Amino acid sequence: MAKYLVKRVFYMVITLFIIASMTFFLMKLIPGSPFANANKLGPAQLEIMNEKYGLDQPVPVQYVKYLGNLVQGDLGVAFQFGNTPVSDLLVNRLGPSLQLGLQAMIFGSIIGILLGVIAALRQNTWIDYGSTFLAVIGKAIPNFVFAGLLQFFFALKLGWFPVLFWKGPEYTVLPTIALSMFPLAIAARFMRTEMIEILSSDYITLAKAKGANFFEVAFKHALRNALIPVITVLGPLTASLMTGSLVVEEIFGIPGIGEQFVKSIAVNDYNVIMGTNLVYAALFVVIILIVDILYGVIDPRIRVAGGKK
Amino acid sequence: MAQNNEKIAAEKFAPAIIDSAKSEEINKPSLSFWQDSWMRVRKNKAAVASLVIMMFMIILAFLGPVISGKDSEAQNVTQNNLPPKVQGLENVSWLPFDGTKTLPNGKEVDYYKQKNVDEDEYYWFGTDALGRDLFTRVWEGTQVSLYIAFLAALIDLVVGVTYGAVSGYYGGRLDNTMQRIAEVLMGIPTLVVVILMILVLEPGIVSIAVAMSVTGWVGMSRVIRAQVLKLKEQEFILASRTLGNSNTKIISKHLLPNLAGVIIINTMFSIPNAIFFEAFLSFIGLGLQPPDASLGTLIDDGFKVLRLHPHEMIIPAIVISIIMVSFNMLADGLRDALDPKMRD
Repeated sequence: MAKYLVKRVFYMVITLFIIASMTFFLMKLIPGSPFANANKLGPAQLEIMNEKYGLDQPVPVQYVKYLGNLVQGDLGVAFQFGNTPVSDLLVNRLGPSLQLGLQAMIFGSIIGILLGVIAALRQNTWIDYGSTFLAVIGKAIPNFVFAGLLQFFFALKLGWFPVLFWKGPEYTVLPTIALSMFPLAIAARFMRTEMIEILSSDYITLAKAKGANFFEVAFKHALRNALIPVITVLGPLTASLMTGSLVVEEIFGIPGIGEQFVKSIAVNDYNVIMGTNLVYAALFVVIILIVDILYGVIDPRIRVAGGKK
Repeated sequence: MAQNNEKIAAEKFAPAIIDSAKSEEINKPSLSFWQDSWMRVRKNKAAVASLVIMMFMIILAFLGPVISGKDSEAQNVTQNNLPPKVQGLENVSWLPFDGTKTLPNGKEVDYYKQKNVDEDEYYWFGTDALGRDLFTRVWEGTQVSLYIAFLAALIDLVVGVTYGAVSGYYGGRLDNTMQRIAEVLMGIPTLVVVILMILVLEPGIVSIAVAMSVTGWVGMSRVIRAQVLKLKEQEFILASRTLGNSNTKIISKHLLPNLAGVIIINTMFSIPNAIFFEAFLSFIGLGLQPPDASLGTLIDDGFKVLRLHPHEMIIPAIVISIIMVSFNMLADGLRDALDPKMRD
């Protein structure tokens, strides 16, 4: 296990290094000046600006400096907010994003798992078809379409929920539902197949034969084992939540990282775009690592070879 | 019962001839892999329905701009933001195709009269903020979205299959190195790479497809590699090698045909993914630039005026949802038919 861990962490570092380097060199390839008012500046002013931001040095020197800054958590400054450090900007906006992501993940997976279990227990009934249909819809309809429609019907037309902003629990309802559709769909589908397979296995028949009641069999014996493989989809789900949070935050005006990101794209604030991109990449890589380790800990069958405890 | 017994002729009770030579005769026509798969796809009603719907959407995407008789670029600001109006359906009161719109204060207004549009002028999906015909624009946008998706899927296919086949077939140190590279690429979230690439490349049809393929092919290559590892140990490959065939020929003649199933399944899943990602990029402002339009940019434009003119977002949203659902269902059906083991 320790060897495996070291290997995985090593890969994680390499991946992050590659993403950071790619970011740096692609930035260098972007045509044009990083200064918004470049054509109003004279050559002398440009020189001063270049010197101030270290752009007059050779690219390798800049690269090393950039990596050094990154390690220290310095992501540069955001031009659109009077040179506020990007890291400060992101830290202040982390709260709503995390809350939204967690809420969506928890809501989506609980409802999804329940739907999947019910569908498996009532195979080929209208409940089953209904939940399968919901899963297909949830997986197929783009989340920004879904979020837009939710906002239009439930906030604008019916007025049940606030339309915009992030000021209290009632503000979180629609964004959470919009973002949770994908985890819900994936969890429901996965759970259904997993449960159907487990319900036909011998130990379930035995439990039934011993006279355990229906709910005990379903929730005590089958559900526990069916839950193990669901952890494998947590990785892709995290990625989908990140993509989703960009648009959902933008649509509902939530002051999170995603909204900042979309706004920065609109005003071409490259430092913020790159910084956020790196934060997303780091988050993703770390979560994948945690998921993999969790999986090994929970399910002894797939404990890595050689990892005797 | 008794009456029935009398009608059966006595010669029908002759003993059957037992011939060991004929007992193993095959009396059903033998089915090739594809015939068998097609039979299984046909049994799946959802997959057949999605296939029909998908065909219908693709045909409409190409036919729509022609039958509307309008130009997608022609602006007519005096006739902007018109709601949908369709011949015949305009008299059905519960359908929203009568050219009227309910204002936020509850009043119903006939926009076509208000804007002095000719009696016999019909905009089936209404018009957008610049007075362009939305019907034409939606189907042209569908063409663009499908084009980007197919292009991205094709790049994924070519790169992924080649990489996976080479890595799996040659094995050893080469495989090891290639897999380590793939592993690192797998760890990079698509979103991050695509956004980086789009910032550097000018947003356009090809650059969006390329950006999506930078890491998109890894999934395909892994599936292909696993299949190749399994297949290359089988006897028919050994036979081919013994007969002196070159590696290239073995890969192309023997391995690839056997991989067709997984390739199709994977491609079918990557197409809706690409459609989604393109629309997503447009929505966050990194997609196609005007005058190019895709379903994503149409939804983005429509979203800005959602409150006043909901049809401008809802129509392209419905179109993209139908396409996504039908592609996903068909992909599921194909997976079950072509490779029942991959069911999850």
